[in-house]
Order: sequence, then structure tokens, then C-alpha cells
Amino acid sequence: MIILGVALLSACLVVGYFLGELLGQALGVQANVGGVGIAMVLLVLASGSSKLRTLVTGPAGEGIKFWSAMYIPIVVAMAASQNVVAALEGGWLAVIVGVLAVVISFALVPLINKIGPDSEPLPPLDEDNAKGEA
Amino acid sequence: MEALRDALETALTRNGLIVAFMVVGIVVWLSYLLSNRLTRGRIHGSAIAILLGLVGAYFAGQYTGGSRGMADIGLLAGIGLMGGGMMRDFAIVSTAFGVHLSELKRAGLVGIISIFAGVIVSFLIGAIVAILFGYSDAESITTIGAGAVTYIVGPVTGTAIGASSEVIALSVAAGVIKSVLVMIGTPMVARFIGLNNPQSAMIFGGLMGTTSGVAGGLAATDPRLVPYGAMTATFYTGIGCLLCPSILYFIVRAMV
Repeated sequence: MIILGVALLSACLVVGYFLGELLGQALGVQANVGGVGIAMVLLVLASGSSKLRTLVTGPAGEGIKFWSAMYIPIVVAMAASQNVVAALEGGWLAVIVGVLAVVISFALVPLINKIGPDSEPLPPLDEDNAKGEA
Repeated sequence: MEALRDALETALTRNGLIVAFMVVGIVVWLSYLLSNRLTRGRIHGSAIAILLGLVGAYFAGQYTGGSRGMADIGLLAGIGLMGGGMMRDFAIVSTAFGVHLSELKRAGLVGIISIFAGVIVSFLIGAIVAILFGYSDAESITTIGAGAVTYIVGPVTGTAIGASSEVIALSVAAGVIKSVLVMIGTPMVARFIGLNNPQSAMIFGGLMGTTSGVAGGLAATDPRLVPYGAMTATFYTGIGCLLCPSILYFIVRAMV
């Protein structure tokens, strides 16, 4: 049943958020620390577990895949509800800070990548597949 | 005529989220059409869709004077729900389905390094630019530095250490610009920074940190990289809220 997969996904998010809140409180921070990241790890663990097979295979798995295919449309809606006007009205200081932070962080990606083990690029993206996901 | 308009308005406003699905669907369809016809697929359809979303948010913001882009237009209020934090996080978590634990473990350490490097480097840039613009008090410098981390860390830090509301607004603006630039810029620079595998995506997420920026930027580059970047990015804001009003603030205060 599709709802089982959706319910599993929801449970991961709720538990992750809860743990993120606890972590934030423990650190004395007014923010959720890694709630979504924890939820993702939980989903990875759940999808690899043999006990939860019925929740991640067949129709139940389709319930999770549906939301992952809805990801780009949701990001488009997110972009459409950003405060773009305020971003542009912040003046030069805000623009310079934003631009420099992005450019220098981009440049650091290959540098830090060298610290880790070598990583193989993913195979080229299949056009039809990409469209299907969007 | 009046009755027709009323009926349409009721149909649209009562079904906000459904209208959002419809409108976003049309935008995405149009974007893929533009991508294929005008750029022969060179600029990915999702990148165009995100850009159209941002442009729409700009004009909507000009028109309504609100802070939530197109979501402030009554008939399109559902876009705010569809693109809000709840749905965004739900969809981000779902992308982790099918990710292998071994890949996360392999890049775990560099992922953590990148989060701390990202917070500290962004903070430094914001703080230095603030000083160059003539700010000399530790509270303003720290808050603008925190804004360069993300638009959430800026106000959280500013409020905690007692910065002025003008400086807090500036820190939010800097953070939003960062997030928008990451959305637009990532697909353009991906080739040059080796953003084509899970490990570099995790490093990228940790360095950029802005969840919406990383989410949008990676979606427009290669959707398969999204879970890896999002994973580290979601820890970034929390770490930023931890470091900025404490250690980093004390360091700035000791220096000015």
C-alpha cells in the first residue's frame, strides 16, 4: 500500500526533527541541528533493513518515490516564494557579502575534495530519465 | 460576468495547494519546452523553472510589497504552502531513498570538515566586508558575518547578541542573496569544481550550507546529487547558530 511508504517517510522526518530539536537544546542553540539530515539517515537505514521490507518495496516504495519526484516542483515553488525584492534592496554591502561568500565557497569545493578518498563521477545523466524525475 | 468571476475566484482561493500544483506544473512544462527549443537542453529545464520562480517572486514582491514572493498574491497563496519548509524538508528526505550508507560513510569525515570550513569562511568574508564598509562594533560585524552564513543564522545571532534591527535586516539580505546565487550559479560552475559525484556533493552542501540554495542548485545540476548535498547542508545552519553568537562573536569582540 502506497500510504505505508508515505507513512514511513513521514515518521523519519518527524523523528529526525525531534532529535534535531533535542540536539539544538543540548547545544544551547535556538535552531534545529541537522533534523532533516538525521531523517535522511533514518530513511537510508530503513530502506536497507530486511525487517522493513514491506514498507520500502512495491507500492509502498512508489509512495516514497512519488515525493522524491515532486522534489523539483517543490523547489520551484520554494524559489517563487523567496523574498527576492529584499535581497536586491539590501544595498551593495549585502550584494558583495553574498557574492563573495558564494564565489569563495565554490572555489573551496575542489580543495576539500582532495582531502577525501578519490571519487568516481556518476555516469552521464539519461535525458529521458531526467525528464521523468522532474 | 460578475457571477463568473466570483465562481472562478472561489474555485481558486478555496483550493490553494491544488492551484499551486497546477501553476507550478505549467511553469515546469514551459521551462522544459524552453530548455529543449531555445538551448537544445544545454540549460537544464529545472534550472530555467527555478529561475522563472525567482523572477516571478521578484515581480510579485514589487507588486504586493510582501516578503513571500508569489505566495503573497491571494490566488497563488498555495505556492507558499507547496514551497514552504514543511514540504521542502519532506521532499528532501524522500530523495535519500535509494542512497547507500557506504557512500555516506566514505565522505563522512570530509563532509564534517566542509561544514565547519564553510561556516567559518563565510563568516570571515561577511565580517571583513562589514569592517571595510565602516562598521566598527563587534555586534554589527558578527551579525553581518553570520548573515553570510545563512539568512537564518544572521537574525538568530543578531538577536542573541543585541545588534540593531537595521544590521539584522542587512544580514538577512546578504543571506538571501547567497541562497539565490547558489540556486542560479551551481549548474554553471558544476563542471569547474568537480561537482559530479556523491562526495563532492556532500562537500558542496557543507560549504554552501543554505538548504534552499543547495536544494535548488543541485536539482538544476543533477537531481541524483541532491540527497548528498542536502544531508550536510541541513547541519550547517545549526552549526552556524552554534558558532556565530559564541566563539566567533568572542573572537571578534577581542579583536575590535
